[in-house]
Amino acid sequence: MSAFVTLEGVDHAYAGANSALAVEGLSISVNQGEFAAVVGPSGCGKSTLMKLATGLQFPRAGTVTVAGEKVTKPVKIAGMAFQAPTLLPWRTTLDNLLLPLEIVEPYRSQMRSRKVEFAARARNLLTSVGLRDQGEKFPWELSGGMQQRTSLCRALIHEPQLLMLDEPFGALDAFTREELWCVIRDLQAASKITVILVTHDLREAVFLADRVFVMSQRPGRIVVERKIDLPRPRDLEVTFTSAFTDIVHELRSHIVKARQ
Amino acid sequence: MNRTNLLIKASPWLFTIGLFVVWEAAVYIFKIPVFFLPPPTAIAQAFVDYSGPLARNSWITLQTTLIGFALAVGFGMLLGLLVGWSRAMYAGLYPLMIGFNAIPKVALVPILVLWFGIGFVPAVLTAFLISFFPIVVNVATGLATIEPELEDVLKALGASKLDIMRKVGIPRTLPYFFGSLKVAITLAFVGSVISESVASNYGIGNLMLQAQAQFQVPLIFAGLVVLAIEGIAMYAAMAILERRMTGWAQRSGFAQA
Repeated sequence: MSAFVTLEGVDHAYAGANSALAVEGLSISVNQGEFAAVVGPSGCGKSTLMKLATGLQFPRAGTVTVAGEKVTKPVKIAGMAFQAPTLLPWRTTLDNLLLPLEIVEPYRSQMRSRKVEFAARARNLLTSVGLRDQGEKFPWELSGGMQQRTSLCRALIHEPQLLMLDEPFGALDAFTREELWCVIRDLQAASKITVILVTHDLREAVFLADRVFVMSQRPGRIVVERKIDLPRPRDLEVTFTSAFTDIVHELRSHIVKARQ
Repeated sequence: MNRTNLLIKASPWLFTIGLFVVWEAAVYIFKIPVFFLPPPTAIAQAFVDYSGPLARNSWITLQTTLIGFALAVGFGMLLGLLVGWSRAMYAGLYPLMIGFNAIPKVALVPILVLWFGIGFVPAVLTAFLISFFPIVVNVATGLATIEPELEDVLKALGASKLDIMRKVGIPRTLPYFFGSLKVAITLAFVGSVISESVASNYGIGNLMLQAQAQFQVPLIFAGLVVLAIEGIAMYAAMAILERRMTGWAQRSGFAQA
């Protein structure tokens, strides 16, 4: 397994009057096909990590490498989903899914000639997350969980090699959240896509990830790296085993330390 | 249920008729002289007696207003896109626009007359000047409130600023834009009538000024009624346009409750 996303000694601060460092000496390496989760106290720079890895922000110091290339512009092989589904209310669910294809090459220039094929692909994707035949509905006709599934599909439609998730289930109720954990688990198992999940839900991190990284208080850096060797495929039942809760406890104590 | 609906449908007419009935009654009960406040029946009579001039001049006012309004829509949209496009543009132009908007437009009419002479052109320009501001503000607001996460999603895909504008910015601005048209069209009437009363030989504004000079009070009020009717008609046209174009943004039951 080779490193797919690497941050090495990265310092970053946002432009502006309050230019305290958001992350300092941040190093992390995620392998191809790996499911990585990043947890930490709020405001620790988790979202900054996302922006750095997707080329929305560039580090003040250190290097960011994705798929063997130094990041100097937006990383088009990445898909992103956030806590808010950010769907366009004037487009149907299906058209929302097609939005990335209207932007990113080579799909962009093929949009007209391959529209039917793309629409079929979008429908398949919807079916795979349990939204069969919901494509013609508008986002506001869907429940919060369904919107978030749609948002995930939008992140995946251009078949990215890297999926970046920034607290994607934070706004959902507990049951819907667990349902979506399984959706993500299955998507990742099927496509072997590299996933970086930023979250503050430790159970979520442990259930989904191959490795969990704990970040420190701002300015953030990685303080602990924990391999999760629970066997796959993991069933939701695993979250009630003692092995699982032990890991959660262990990570929790690291976070408590990080918050001090 | 059906009955309430019917009542709601009928209520605008009932209230309007009610207003006129109360008005008429008040004039009789308090013996208000016709040159002070004419009763609706006298105003109706003025409509009959002066139907020719009223029709002619209201048509001119409507044209003037619509041309000024059309200019405001075009210019307001362009300026709004410009201001919403770049923060430097926003920072630079906003104070200027606020200052400009604070100037009473009636104070500009003499300058417009100086440049263009009295008549049609200053009236169109006054209508334009008074009505473009809400359009600019609304278009710019729509653009400025794009969700940053959505912008990130698109930027990460390599979207240019123009892409984001086309796919997200402009569509999401449309409800703001069409909403502002309702405000702008009413203001445009204000502008054209102001200019007509101060510096023109045509239009409802001028007609009312002349009626005042000849002490034909019912005719003045007839002019007001014509303006109200034109204003309501245009507002309704804009509201229908708004619903047609941006139905997706009007799913709240709040206004219908």
